[in-house]
Amino acid sequence: MTAVAEPRRLPALGGFSPTFVGLELRRMVRNRRTVIFTLIIPAVLFLLFGTGTANRTQRVGDGNVAGYVLISMAVYGAMLATTAAGAMVSIERAAGWSRQLRLTPLRPVAYIAVKLVVAMTVGAISVAVAYAVGATTGAELPGPVWLESGLLAWGCAFVFAAFGLFMGYLLPSENVMQILGPVLGVLALAGGLFVPVDAMGTVFGTVAKFTPVYGVGEIARYPLTHQGPLAVGVLNLLAWTAVFCAGAVWRFRRDTARV
Amino acid sequence: MAPATGVAAVDLHGVHKRFGDVAAVDDVTLSIRPGEVVALLGPNGAGKTSTIDMVLGLSEPTTGAVRVHGMAPRRAVALGLVSAVMQTGGLLKDYTVEETVRLVASLFGSARPVGEVLRRAGIAGIRGRRVGRCSGGEQQRLRFAMALLPDPELLILDEPTTGMDVAGRHDFWSAIRQDADRGRTVIFATHYLEEADAYADRIILIRRGRVVADGTAAQVRALASGRMLRATLPDPDPDHLADLARLAGAESVEIRGATVIVHTHDTDPVARYLLTRTPARDIEITSRNLEDAFLALTADDDSTPDTGQRSAP
Repeated sequence: MTAVAEPRRLPALGGFSPTFVGLELRRMVRNRRTVIFTLIIPAVLFLLFGTGTANRTQRVGDGNVAGYVLISMAVYGAMLATTAAGAMVSIERAAGWSRQLRLTPLRPVAYIAVKLVVAMTVGAISVAVAYAVGATTGAELPGPVWLESGLLAWGCAFVFAAFGLFMGYLLPSENVMQILGPVLGVLALAGGLFVPVDAMGTVFGTVAKFTPVYGVGEIARYPLTHQGPLAVGVLNLLAWTAVFCAGAVWRFRRDTARV
Repeated sequence: MAPATGVAAVDLHGVHKRFGDVAAVDDVTLSIRPGEVVALLGPNGAGKTSTIDMVLGLSEPTTGAVRVHGMAPRRAVALGLVSAVMQTGGLLKDYTVEETVRLVASLFGSARPVGEVLRRAGIAGIRGRRVGRCSGGEQQRLRFAMALLPDPELLILDEPTTGMDVAGRHDFWSAIRQDADRGRTVIFATHYLEEADAYADRIILIRRGRVVADGTAAQVRALASGRMLRATLPDPDPDHLADLARLAGAESVEIRGATVIVHTHDTDPVARYLLTRTPARDIEITSRNLEDAFLALTADDDSTPDTGQRSAP
């Protein structure tokens, strides 16, 4: 065997590549449960609760209530999608795939980068699907607000990509989304995506401000409402992002230290 | 046999691996030359997988040094000098066979073409099949295809045929053997003796984390092979026993009550002697094979042959 005939190279970018991202995306959308949870449920919830006549006629800012509900549902879809993508780590660890990847030059940081890119891509698809459904079924938002709120719902969902990664490393489960799905539902409710925080009463309304979905919802709806304590929302988002990133890094370090 | 390149494919020096109080690998020193096909043979829990994990850089030795092609194992893995087919797991069932290989190919700095490794592993015909729908044997050949991607100098197989049926095992080994004929170094762990016997140039027998025998299949067999003669001989005459010991060469003559048991390479003179000169009856002769050698060398009692490895300084 020609031991040194051709020089052996390390991969560029530690193994991060469009091929890797593309295959991961394909695998994710191949999972029917993921597609139903992240793309269909938010749109269906909007159709059920957002498109009533009252919602279409009643105004919020320069849009209608249906538009307001739609932004909340887009946030909900984005958080489901990014969490699910991050939490795929758990399935991969359970299947021994992470160990298999250790027999390649893939660098752990490149792996995390792939997971985050996949999470944000699926999150973008989820927001786009929700907005497409909303735009054709009676949601009204001023032109720029479609774009602004969509980008904010999507970008702020990064906090849930970090949450998904954290949970993916924390929970050694094959069915991690069966645990996280209900958790996200409760968080969305508590954070004011299904019922506006103003309508919650003093106690729950106060508690809501400390839950991780609150910040994302407030920020994403701000271009429409121009109301509410935006600073509190931003602070909430930054704090939870810090918490989930720290948690993910902590578990990730423990995981790679086993090598 | 050994090319004079000087650098061993694998070099273990005084390697220990402890898990708490348990010594999984207990002072192993060995060197594997490029081009060798080596079987790590031993019962479950002998330390085969622990040894392999260290060679692959999946774990660090407690003490001692591991070098692969003269470098640290992690670096050898990253450069694709060494790859492995692990026992179980390590596959995602939502990917197809081809996607799995394409993904792993994308991770290496340079990799063989996907079509080529699929063909060489014998799974080009099922490239579009989901991994979850592949049989155990097909999944194992997929792991083999992945291991071929970096065109490694050294291929490590950890219990590669566990859970395969006879046909699957045969196909798998045909693929491996064809590949090894090209000169790749292959190390495989197994507890199937016939696999070690049929496919390895060299067998390293491991028991309780130590190397108890190291040589060709014939050499290992010779360490504890031959035949066993058993006869009923009540109240044996000491002169007869002395004659038996002489006939049996250096090997053992045991008395168990009214039964005499003789281990030797050539039982014929012993049988002739017993039948003509003594009142012995019920003579039974059985031959020992590699399996007996394996059992004798890896048995946990203290009567097993000592090859001298245990008394190493």
